[in-house]
Amino acid sequence: MTPSRPSPDGRAWLERAGRSAVEGVEEVGVAGWLLAQSLYFLGLGRRVRQPVRLGPVVNEMMQIGIAALPISTLLSATIGLMLALQGIDTLKTFGAEAQIVIGVAFSVTREFAPLITGILVAGRSGSALAARLATMTINQEVDALRVMGVDPVRFLVVPSLLAALVMLPALTLWADVVAQLAAGLYVQATLGISLAVYVQQTFDILEAGDLLHGLGKSVIFAVLIVLIAAVNGASVKGGAEGVGRRTTRTVVHCISAIIVTDMVFVWITTRG
Amino acid sequence: MSGTRALVIEVERLVTHYGSRRILNGVSLTVLEGEILVIMGGSGSGKSTLLRHMMGLELPSSGVVRVLGKDLAHLSREESFELHRKMGVAFQSGALFSSMTVGENIMLPLEELADLDRTTMEIMMRLKLELVDLAGFEDLMPAELSGGMAKRAAMARAIIMDPKILFCDEPSAGLDPAVSAALDEVIRKLRDAMHMTIVVVTHELTSAFRIADRIAVLEQGELLAVDAPEAIRQSPDQRIQNLIQRRPEVEAVDPNEYLKRLAGEA
Repeated sequence: MTPSRPSPDGRAWLERAGRSAVEGVEEVGVAGWLLAQSLYFLGLGRRVRQPVRLGPVVNEMMQIGIAALPISTLLSATIGLMLALQGIDTLKTFGAEAQIVIGVAFSVTREFAPLITGILVAGRSGSALAARLATMTINQEVDALRVMGVDPVRFLVVPSLLAALVMLPALTLWADVVAQLAAGLYVQATLGISLAVYVQQTFDILEAGDLLHGLGKSVIFAVLIVLIAAVNGASVKGGAEGVGRRTTRTVVHCISAIIVTDMVFVWITTRG
Repeated sequence: MSGTRALVIEVERLVTHYGSRRILNGVSLTVLEGEILVIMGGSGSGKSTLLRHMMGLELPSSGVVRVLGKDLAHLSREESFELHRKMGVAFQSGALFSSMTVGENIMLPLEELADLDRTTMEIMMRLKLELVDLAGFEDLMPAELSGGMAKRAAMARAIIMDPKILFCDEPSAGLDPAVSAALDEVIRKLRDAMHMTIVVVTHELTSAFRIADRIAVLEQGELLAVDAPEAIRQSPDQRIQNLIQRRPEVEAVDPNEYLKRLAGEA
């Protein structure tokens, strides 16, 4: 019996899948190359007269970090409240409402603070970086930089990468504090445990490792967001519509990468 | 002429493909120090691709592009940065950074590549703006400029580092004749005042003949001629005359072949 040939629809689907797979591998390669280039300019930029300037890094830090503070505060407080609400409701079944401090402390510090901060920065700054790079590529601004002798990776990507590496952990730390405080205030109002006692219990429960677990993730998320945005922005095709497509793709890829990496990180760090 | 003036750009048997499509087919030409070479041709003739090769933005499938004696395909990173500092480019769209003022745009190469204090950079920026007849516009944003002004601003940015070579991509495209003539005047002024070698890509004939010392004519990736404007005007080559007189090439179409192509049978 000879194997049947795939139908034209099936062939087209296989072709599309194959092309997407090749494109995906290519993009991972480009991301690796961008990271290597960024490290090169951070280490040796001054020697080849391509120094990374502090001014653009500070500007990016303002955009990624300071400008995100209000929304980060709102989301973190909401997460803290939500965890307290859910936790108390669930623990009530066992008459263990007072154990809510443990649940909130661990889940916020190890999981929710880095995750929500990563998603927030991906949506705000990842999309903005991708749109900026895509627009600059289409308007030949990137070509102009190259002809002038200004390396586009050093000028456009490295400041964002450095800023994200500083501001994502900083925002995560802020989210830790705000979420715990919001949960503490709710617990004080509903269970009568004072905020001071709640905070003291949180400090007693948490270890440096828990905090580093969350901050470590945020560092990885920072690298992922900037690289995914840079790869998507630089590979734009098709004018203004292409910019829109690349921006959307960046947000979807960033959030997917953050969630998958989070799971892998937890899997690695909780075994052994 | 070439005996007394140095070769600045040498293109030898340049072949380039986009996918399976051949864009440039064995192009060879030279650009001499201090001359204005205009690359002319219709849409899709490969002139912008040739310019991108000269600027080192593309690498050839085969052939060699040498700029100031350096083979662009075999440069180390440091050599590439060093060489590009001697180049300036004014793209068709201007390619100005939209988030910066005109002045900041022009000073950008100085800020990134030169160790100068702010006052010196501002003086240099104003000098270049004057040179392109755009003095006093440094505080405007690129979006507030007209097409001609944006091209002038791009030119000021391109020459801020006093490059040896200036590349201009379609400087007259989309401009009215008066603005176009003024921009051509700026290009000639830059060459005379700063002794630059200038390569201009254009499909505007009036502009090409007004500014060129020599004209290279491209058609479908092939170089038809490189010569002085008058020699190009008098060329016996029918394809060059078609281009100069804006005569479309008449392509014989076989109706049966055409129908087959439509039906996807060809």
